[in-house]
Formats: sequence, C-alpha cells, structure tokens
Amino acid sequence: MRPARLLLALAPAAFVAAFALYPVGVVLVRGLGGDGLGGEGSGLDLAGTLAVLTEPRTLRAMWTTVYLSLAGTAVSLLLGLPAAWALYRLRWPGARTLRSVLSVPFVLPTIVVAAAFTALLGSSGPMGWLGWDQSPAAIVAALAFYNVSVVLRVVGTAWAGIDPRREAAAATLGASNWQVLRNVTLPALLPAIRSAAAVTFLFCATSYGVVLVLGGSRIATIETEIALQLTLFLDLRAAAVLAIVQLVFVGAVIALTGAGRTVGLSAAATGGRRARAAQTPAILAATLPAVALFAVPAIALVERSLRTADGHSLANFAGLLAQPERAALAVPVGQAILNSLAAGAVAAALAVGLGLLVVTLLAHQSRGARALDGIVALPLGVSAVVIGIGVLLAYSATALGGSWWLVPAVQTLVALPLAVRAMAPAARAVSPRARAAAASLGAGPWRVWRHVDWPALRAPAGVAAAFAFAVSLGEFGATSFVARPDAPTLTTAIYRLLGRPGIESVGQAFAASVVLAVMVAAVMMVSERAASARALEREWGGRA
Amino acid sequence: MRTTRTVAALGAAAIAITLAACTAADAEPGSTASATSGAPEAPSEVTLVTHDSFYLPEDLIASFEAETGFALSVVAPGDAGALVNQLVLTQDAPLGDVVYGVDNTFASRAVEAGVFEGNLAEVDYSDVCLNYDLAFFADSSLEPPATIADIATPEYAPLTSVTNPATSSPGLAFLLATVAAMPDDWEGFWADAAGNGIRVTASWSDTYYTDFSAPNYGGDYPIVLSYASSPPFEVVDGEPTTAALLDTCFRQVEYAGVLANAANPSGAEAVVDWLLSDEVQAALPESMYVYPAVDGVDVPADWAAYAPLAESPFSVDPAEIDANREAWIETWTDLVIG
Repeated sequence: MRPARLLLALAPAAFVAAFALYPVGVVLVRGLGGDGLGGEGSGLDLAGTLAVLTEPRTLRAMWTTVYLSLAGTAVSLLLGLPAAWALYRLRWPGARTLRSVLSVPFVLPTIVVAAAFTALLGSSGPMGWLGWDQSPAAIVAALAFYNVSVVLRVVGTAWAGIDPRREAAAATLGASNWQVLRNVTLPALLPAIRSAAAVTFLFCATSYGVVLVLGGSRIATIETEIALQLTLFLDLRAAAVLAIVQLVFVGAVIALTGAGRTVGLSAAATGGRRARAAQTPAILAATLPAVALFAVPAIALVERSLRTADGHSLANFAGLLAQPERAALAVPVGQAILNSLAAGAVAAALAVGLGLLVVTLLAHQSRGARALDGIVALPLGVSAVVIGIGVLLAYSATALGGSWWLVPAVQTLVALPLAVRAMAPAARAVSPRARAAAASLGAGPWRVWRHVDWPALRAPAGVAAAFAFAVSLGEFGATSFVARPDAPTLTTAIYRLLGRPGIESVGQAFAASVVLAVMVAAVMMVSERAASARALEREWGGRA
Repeated sequence: MRTTRTVAALGAAAIAITLAACTAADAEPGSTASATSGAPEAPSEVTLVTHDSFYLPEDLIASFEAETGFALSVVAPGDAGALVNQLVLTQDAPLGDVVYGVDNTFASRAVEAGVFEGNLAEVDYSDVCLNYDLAFFADSSLEPPATIADIATPEYAPLTSVTNPATSSPGLAFLLATVAAMPDDWEGFWADAAGNGIRVTASWSDTYYTDFSAPNYGGDYPIVLSYASSPPFEVVDGEPTTAALLDTCFRQVEYAGVLANAANPSGAEAVVDWLLSDEVQAALPESMYVYPAVDGVDVPADWAAYAPLAESPFSVDPAEIDANREAWIETWTDLVIG
C-alpha cells in the first residue's frame, strides 16, 4: 500500500482497534487474567477457565444456542422459501407491495420484535392461552419473524434471476413440475439457500434482545449468559470464557458456510413471470404463513400500545412525552427518542465516512485493503454484548468515561461492516481505466476520487447511510452497557419499561416500540424505494 | 436535481449532528466537562442513584433543592441487587454522586469493590417476610403456612411467588432466612420448593404488584415475598386484607453513602444529611414501606396495628454473608432456575 493510502486506511483501522479490538482485549485479559473487576491480577488460571467451560450452566447455554438457532433457521426456511417463490418468481397485483412489507422485519430492532411477541404471547395477550410465554417456542417464533425476510431477500432475488427458459425447456422435454423444481430450479437456487441458511443461523446464534426478553430467567444462550455472568454475578472470568466460546462458534460457522460474504441488502428485484389464475391457491398457501407470522405479532403490538386501564386510546403515546412515574426512567421517553436520533445520525455519518475510505481502498484491490476489510468486518463476529462490556471497562476510567459519545461509537462499529457491504460492489465496479485516464490528464488523487469514484458511490452511500442509521436506532446489545440510565436510548428505555410493573409502564414500552418500528421501517422503505427506482432507471435507460 | 438532493441530505446531517452535540452536552452534567475545562465550576446538580422502589414526596425534594441550592436528579438502574452490580461496573465513572438503597445483604460486595467514599449511613430498616392473602385462606380449607419449611410442600409451593436472590434484595434476604432457619437443609428446601412449583420473578415489584392475589392487585398467588410493613397499605374500608408471616422474616437495613469519584461530593453529603433528617425519616414509612433508622421518629398509628415487626427475625452474620453470598446464589440458581 502506498503511504497516502496507508494514511487513509488508518482512520477506519484505528476506530475499530479503539472501540472493538482494545475493549474486547480488555475483557479477555482482565477476565482470564483473574483480576476481575477491581483488585490485582492473580495470573492466568487455567483450571478456573476450564471449570467455567464444563459448568452445567455453560454447557446448557451452548446447547440452547445451537438448538434455538437450528430451529429458528428451519422455521425461517420453511416459511421463507415458498414465499420467495410466490413473491419473487411470480408477478401478480400486490406482490411488490407485499415484498416490501415482508422485507421490513429484517431491520426491525430485536427489542421491538421481543416486545411484539410479549404483547402476543404474554399472559394477557391474545394468544396467551398457548402458554408460550418465556418458552423456547416463543423465541423460535420471534427469530423466524425477522429471519424470514433474510431468506426472502437472499433466495428471492436469486430465484427472480433464474432464466425462465431453462425451466421452460425442461418442461417441454416432458419433465413434470416436481422434476423441474428438483432438477432445474433447486440446483440453481442451492447456493442462495445455503447462504440464507448460514446468515440466518448466525443471526439466531448472536441474537440478544429477543432471548433476553422472551427467555426470562430460565432460557439462556451464550450471548445472554455472557451478560448475565457479568451483571448478576460480576463474574468477568466467566464472561470472558463465554466470549471466546462465542467467537470460536461464530468463526466456525463463518468458515464452514462462508456466511457473511454474501449478505444481500437489497429487496429490489426485477424479472419473474406473470402468475396464472390457476396459481392463486398456491400463491395463497405460499405467502399466508409468512404474512401471518409478520402480521399477527405486529397487530398485537399495536393493540397493546393502545390499551390502557380504561379502554383503548392514544394515552400511552401521549405519556411518552411526560416524566415517568416513580423513577421508571430518569427522563421522558421523548428524550430517549432524541438521544437515539442523535446517536443514530452520528453513527450513520461515521459509518459512511469510514466506510467510504474502506471501499475506496478496496477498489484498488491491494492486499492491505483486503486485510482492512477483514478488520472492519470483525465486529460482526464478536458479540455486541462483549463490545459493550469491553467499552464500559476500557474507558470508564478515562476522560471518555460515562460519555454519551460512547453510544454512537459502539453503534458505528455495528453499522460499519454493513455500510461497507452496501457500497463495496459500486466501488469495485468503477473502471480503473477511467481513474488512470483522469490521472493522466493531470487530476490529483482527490479530484480523481471526486469525479470518477464519488458519482458511482453517491447512491450506494445514501443506502448505506439509511441502513447504518436504522441499525444504530435499533442497536441494543452493546448500547445497553454504554448508555447511561440518565440518558437512555429508545431501545434501552423500552427494555427498562418492559420490565416495570403496571399497565402504564408496559403500555409505554409497547407505544415506544411502535414509534421505533415506524421510524426504522420508514427510513428503510424510503431508501429502498429510492434504490429500486434508481435500479429501474438504469435498466430502462440502458435498453432505450 | 441531484445536487439539490445531496445538499438537502448534507443539511439534514448537519442538523442531526448539531442535535447530537446538544444532547451530548445535556447528558454530561459536570463530570467530563469539568474534568477537561481548567477551572472547575461549582456543580449545581446532585445525582442520587437508587433502586426501583425509591419514592419520596415532591415537597420534600423541593425543600431539599430550596435549602441546598442543588437540583436533585434521581437515577434508578434497577432493583437493589442490580443497583449494586451497576455501581461496581461503573465505579470509575459513577452513575451519580450518592447512593441510597444498598442493603445489608449486598452492601459488602460494593464496599469491597471500593464503590464508596467514607462510611455508609443507616437510613431505614424493614423485615422481609412472606405475606398472605387473608380472603384466600378464609375461603380455603388450607391454613396459612406456619413456618418457612411449609412453603416447600406441594400444598403451599404452587401458591407462592418469591423473587430471584441474584437480582433482588428481598429475594436474597429470603434466601438468607432459609439458610438461617434450616442451616443443614436449606438446599433440600429449595429443591423441593422448585419441584413443587414455587414461582420466581426477577424483582419485588413483579411478585407483589403483578402476582399477589390480594384485592388491590388481583394476581394468582396468595403467598408472596414482601415486607412486614406491607399489610397497612392493603387495608380496604378499615379492614386488613393481608398479613405478614412474622416467623419467616429477615431484617434488612438500607444504607446511603457517597460514591467514590463523585462529581459533586458536597452535594452528595447534603443528600445523606437530608435522608437522615426528621422530615424524610418521618416520610419513609408511607413512601417506601420501611421503618426509620433514626431514633425518636414517630411511625404512623396504623403500623402498630397492622405492621408489627418480627420479634425474632432470622439473621446471618455479615461476615458469613460476605464469604458465602456468591456460592449460595449459585447453588440456589442451579437448584431453582436449573
């Protein structure tokens, strides 16, 4: 890498080092080194470390993580694959709208999903009679709730892209529908299905808010166990050991499946063929389960947000602006909304700014740039909870201790890899010859970037900014450790209110969840509308 | 067209960042600001960190603010157990200046970690006891339980809601009561209770407000973990509706103390003095269901009738609590939560 580029690479690398590598290192060193949360180190204690690994609690958390993730992935595929066929392969009135509605859960904050399933399955919810409150079934349903849209995005876009002539040829040669599906369509889809399954499995295995809220004190995964060991038992060693387990587990999944390389962010798809009237029952059967899984909890959440001690009204929403009673929260939820918007804006600006540096360097395809890409992607594999704990421990005794700025900092870490993935394809597509031509005409590196790279990056940067903003608004795992109780974000405020007794607190938690869901969904839908409009423009422009 | 959009986006980003800066400035009272600027200003705000159940009348807070000139802000990170853990985790950058609500079951954990500057002051005390719903047992052929050991039986365990000792201080107090009552068999007690379906919640407010079948709440459990001082609050039309089981009690003392690294130590001292003042002490029973620790402060008349203290509450030596707390909680967790 040339010195100038090295300098550019320094900013994102330093950021990740400061807010991910160093804090995680602090957790591991202090945890395994035995100095715990204060006091002097007693040195590495291998026996103690092994004891944590073989404890029944730890083994149970590992097993729970695996079976919940497998079940969540299976249900997501079961509901997602038929819906992908109906919504992406076929064109019919309403398919496009439904597609964009069903892509929403993917970006919904986990704490909102957890709130929705609490509203639905809790003892006073419309489906409370199932007795699923605080059961693995509730967690699996919630995991499938937002991962069906992952399957839709990844498999649906692939399905839409299969050349219909191959299937038509097979049918002409006498293959039955089933044979066409098995011998032509499925082999072509397999890479996408595998990729969707891997990504879904990863999302399930690292899910925090959903398991924390819906699992109560009885169901723990590795991720929630890390947090519990620290916040309940102040056992930093156990937290550190579990963090390593999580790291190895996630690393193994990525290595085995190649997940993460192909996270499709776009829900936009073109192509597909017009549905025949005879296919109506099949379309209904394929889409209804996925629609129901989305709509029923969403409706339950909205209903509960309107429910008060005396009937239904907007009182819970009005209450968001008032000072909560009896120290439930130090500030009104309205202030938490402002805190979240501010942190989200800072995090989005940082993620896109640092992301632009990364993708620009990536476009030059040096080995150093690929290493940088790997470093930036690291936070995806590290548990958000561990990052939050690490930042708390690493910076408490510094000038940044207790600072509000740590909130957007950890959110940037989570958003940065996604921002890079949203912009990298466009950066790679810029022709090196255009750059060389501009340079040979006397343009300096900045002018080359400004006039050759930036025009191609502008639109993806908008999408990346929206995505980073939405992800930051919904971030809970890391934020819950660095956001101070006197300056909560919307997600930490919802968690706090959900755990408080009384219909008013819980009603406000549901109302705040609706507000957060609407904010995130609006950001994503506007940006995806814009992106797909641009894609169409390009396509038709090219043909004209 | 494109340029307009970009300019608009930049404008929006600029507004958002200004907003962020304002929020950040609001959210950092004193601590980092005074650490970075050369001349420290006298802080005008004092932050009290406390538990979820904290409540004092508005006029007492107003008179504190008027007398001392400090604006009082109250932060509650959770139940008393969660409070102590939060204090330990954030001790280098404390959540506030002064703490109220750390009790004798958890205090040593925080003291040992060096969370406090100076000594702790006793503010109030109370007896953690099982309470029961009078109407339920009047209508039932079952008698109310007589001893702690009864709770583990198939008759009483499914009727009982207690709190998790890992997260809740009454929960830990009750765990200690079982240890004191059955030194050799408290593990068997909890194994039986769990097997027979005792309910465990995360915090006192879940157990009392949500689970209790008393007329004011309408939950499903006629026996709940609460305080000897709870029954006066359940008097309906002059008649008591609940009672405490005074042979199941553990005496809990709540302390206040100044936090190490406090931004406003003199304000913190003022808050401790205020909590020990006659006015606040007299308000404690009605506000937080506890007995004042300062001698000579009157308790409400109906407390004598409905909230007698236990004559011989269970107790465990603080040094023994300190040495075994984590091990007991872990054993309990393995036995009950699984």
